[in-house]
Amino acid sequence: MTDAKKKELQRIACKVRLGIIEGVYHAKSGHPGGSLSIADLLTYLYFAKMRIEPQNPKWEDRDRLVLSKGHCAPGLYSVLAQRGYFPEKELQSLRHIGAMLQGHPDMKHIPGVDMSSGSLGQGISAACGMALSGKLSHKDYRVYAILGDGEIEEGQVWEAAMFAGNKGLDNLVAIVDSNGLQIDGTVAEVNSPEPIPDKFAAFGFAVLTLDGHSFDEIERAFDEAEKISGKPVAIVMKTVKGKGVSFMENQVSWHGAAPNKEQYEQAVAELNAALAEIEGGR
Amino acid sequence: MADMIKKATRESYGEALVELAEQYPDFVVLDADLAAATKTGLFKKAYPERFFDCGIAEANMMGIAAGIATTGRRVFASSFAMFAAGRAFEIVRNSIGYPHLHVIIGATHAGISVGEDGATHQCCEDIALMRVIPGMTVINPADDVEAKAAVKAALELDGPVYLRFGRLACPVFNDKSTYRFETGKGITLADGGDLTIIATGLMVYEALKAAEMLKKDGICARVINIHTIKPLDTQLILKAAYETGLIVTAEEHSIIGGLGSAVSEAVCEDYPVPVVKIGVNDVFGHSGPAADLLKEFGLSADNIYTRAKAAFAKKK
Repeated sequence: MTDAKKKELQRIACKVRLGIIEGVYHAKSGHPGGSLSIADLLTYLYFAKMRIEPQNPKWEDRDRLVLSKGHCAPGLYSVLAQRGYFPEKELQSLRHIGAMLQGHPDMKHIPGVDMSSGSLGQGISAACGMALSGKLSHKDYRVYAILGDGEIEEGQVWEAAMFAGNKGLDNLVAIVDSNGLQIDGTVAEVNSPEPIPDKFAAFGFAVLTLDGHSFDEIERAFDEAEKISGKPVAIVMKTVKGKGVSFMENQVSWHGAAPNKEQYEQAVAELNAALAEIEGGR
Repeated sequence: MADMIKKATRESYGEALVELAEQYPDFVVLDADLAAATKTGLFKKAYPERFFDCGIAEANMMGIAAGIATTGRRVFASSFAMFAAGRAFEIVRNSIGYPHLHVIIGATHAGISVGEDGATHQCCEDIALMRVIPGMTVINPADDVEAKAAVKAALELDGPVYLRFGRLACPVFNDKSTYRFETGKGITLADGGDLTIIATGLMVYEALKAAEMLKKDGICARVINIHTIKPLDTQLILKAAYETGLIVTAEEHSIIGGLGSAVSEAVCEDYPVPVVKIGVNDVFGHSGPAADLLKEFGLSADNIYTRAKAAFAKKK
């Protein structure tokens, strides 16, 4: 990846993170931790990888993204707003009565949301269905499903993994956001699904692992994923929950909590400083 | 009525899929390792490239169906009612119902007439579970003719559809040449002013027989076939309540949450009349031949006759 491209993605990722904080702060609830951990991934996919037309969100040949860990909707909404699916201002009414942006992704009303999700473990099944239907129609679109490392404790994930492996859905990429934390504590102590790469491999996936905050590694993995045929791909990425906001990083308490005014101002100041540094270095 | 051809509606389902395959070249069929029993195996044999076995994983199958539907492709997802509506309920609710996706759930082996497999497989709760999901169409056909018509109608609907089929061969009493299926519209099969028997599924034929028995006692029963439990034909039901003053419902389902409940909900708001509910009385089933079980659980013309006659006596 060129330095210019990397800087541009870093700049957008900062704005995506600001949007997450903006949304959750105004909602007075929501899930900032896991949204921040996938902000770099979402930025890469929507700005550098996926074949999409924001002005034509239902385009039938588009690549699809299913946020199986649907509670991280603030992250998805923020990147969609950045990409021009809807005005950024919408983020301020997240979770409000009458607002377009529901607490969890709602495909019926939100441009760019390819599948409603939120009840964990279900999105990857829908992604498999999209991938299968695409193959039947001889379409070359690709389907990305983002899962949490806590989410994969749900048995349905492994039913879907078995199906994807058995049917050889090589147009499907399952991404596990391995931030190591879930509501009740660390994933390791709650009910560890480790070793995650081995499990997906056992179900017939080609598995790639990477640092989910390195655009170089992200790009390398997703480019490689495209070359794999005959089997689905699992990308297990190590991330930091709450990444980009110092007091939220690696803190389980920020899984599903909104910042107060003071915390909000600090988070915005930190992210603006990061943004200024990136822009200054251009 | 005695020498009628008998056929299980699951058979009708499998045959209809094959018959409709060319007219609707987009649809695919999913099953969960029960193709031989649900009769989707007929489709699998004829159109193997459009059939996908999801294995014994009904939750995932419903999610797969949802994903397929998002691409604009029609899809049937089949299993036994117990697993389609029961095990996979929350996936049907959240991945299919909430986004209002056009997935057609073909649920076979509904009710007590599953027979020898016993209580674990006799699903008498599925109508209740499915009709509580907003936007879900729930259809419970009464015979072969109606079942095939329902499958075709389901392909033309929007949003999720639950089709309920049985394992037991039942009399084919509808005339294919004159039968018209309209989603959400009940069918008045016999006219009468003393009381109304509202039935669904295999109980419709029993209701017709009961009406004949009542006639011999001088009681004129109206018989309405409600094949679509949701959306319910409230207008037809209220008219019957107003004109006959007494309703008896008959269904191969729990008396809680099914047709009897739906009819009660409809009349109690606008024109309350007594509603006698015949169904499975809040108990689990058990093993045995289907015909014997239906008799034992009161799912028979005899029981409809007895209960209707007693209720009519009280009405006077």
